[in-house]
Amino acid sequence: MNPFIAVVRRDVSLALRRKNEVMTSVFFFVVVAALFPLGIGPEMNTLRLIGPGVLWVGALLASMLSLGRMFAGDHDDGTLEQMVLSSASLPSLVGAKILAHWLLSGLPLVVLSPVLALQFDLNLQAIEVLMATLLLGTPLLSLIGAVGAALTLGVRGADVLLSLLVLPLYVPALVFGAGAVQAQTAGLGASAHLSILAAMLLMAAVFSPWACASALRIALE
Amino acid sequence: MLSVNDLSCHRGERRLFSGVGFQLKAGTCLYLEGDNGVGKTSLLRQVSGLLPVSVGQISWCGKPIADNEFFRKQLIYLGHNLAMKDDLSAMENLQIDAAIAGQAVDPDKVLSALKSLGLKGREHLPIRVLSQGQKRRAALARLLTRQASLWILDEPVVALDVPAQAAVGRVLKAHLEKGGMVLFTSHQPLPMAIPSASITSYRLQG
Repeated sequence: MNPFIAVVRRDVSLALRRKNEVMTSVFFFVVVAALFPLGIGPEMNTLRLIGPGVLWVGALLASMLSLGRMFAGDHDDGTLEQMVLSSASLPSLVGAKILAHWLLSGLPLVVLSPVLALQFDLNLQAIEVLMATLLLGTPLLSLIGAVGAALTLGVRGADVLLSLLVLPLYVPALVFGAGAVQAQTAGLGASAHLSILAAMLLMAAVFSPWACASALRIALE
Repeated sequence: MLSVNDLSCHRGERRLFSGVGFQLKAGTCLYLEGDNGVGKTSLLRQVSGLLPVSVGQISWCGKPIADNEFFRKQLIYLGHNLAMKDDLSAMENLQIDAAIAGQAVDPDKVLSALKSLGLKGREHLPIRVLSQGQKRRAALARLLTRQASLWILDEPVVALDVPAQAAVGRVLKAHLEKGGMVLFTSHQPLPMAIPSASITSYRLQG
């Protein structure tokens, strides 16, 4: 079996045997997105205005919740050592772990987002754009977050440090992601925002696995 | 062939050992002795390529081991962490272990490896329900499911009962007879099965 596919399959099947870890971040997203309309009240214009931003911030925090566990399990039980010593390249194995993280904590958010967007009275076109931005944006969040997770691996108080490290780096994704939906509702079209998000995703897909691999090697020393 | 020359190891400001050198030829086994804390694990991690080497050379068939894919293909390292997932069965763990190492393994081969280490009937139980010794046996089964000529084993028989230690001894003996190499540490008496002619001891001093 190809090492890349083997690692993706292993991470997904491990997560499916411990469903609470996956469900935590998905429910967090649902609850955060549901609390805002309840708190603000049925003011349609306000809700339409804040909807994309709230959903994006929710997705961003939800995907960050599971970042700390991304490499910690493999580090604790020694699997990471075996990955470093594998004849397969470490960046590709790390890429597999990032893909698995996205499948488990990014993709469910993309699928749920249209339902949650209804609470903010977004129209069909805005919902389509929102889904497109999340489809491009959530893998970007996993890729950026993975670098932070690798850098803070084995550090005491890693969770707080991780959020301080990663949240500022999430800002461009948030600005263009939420901005795309607002541009669409304002009639400007979202293609520019989506192109920039796609460009950031490509950049991150190339550089993040290598940065993670170097950080993981340092963490094992 | 593995050769280590004038190797030293520093952890922080502290020097663990220096001037370590040995050679390991096909069909031989090096038994690394030393007191607790003298740096046996650090030495094994350096030789396997997990710890960077600042002073000294480690080479495999004449080439340095750093960024050496050929060396990593020929190596199995088993440290104190067993690299077994608690939620997966021994069978699944060993198949994934081989896949991560870039090798394909036949399910029958995994079953026979587990059987020869005394885990018959427990192949499909999650690792978390096994005892310490059984976990160690399952982890050692990767020596039989993967193809590699150099085995680096950090206290392989710790937590194992006497029959399991003997089984490990037989596995090591068969590997040496096929021209393999073993570098290991242990505080237990050596397994009887290994012919004494193929063992060299090396005492590590701080």
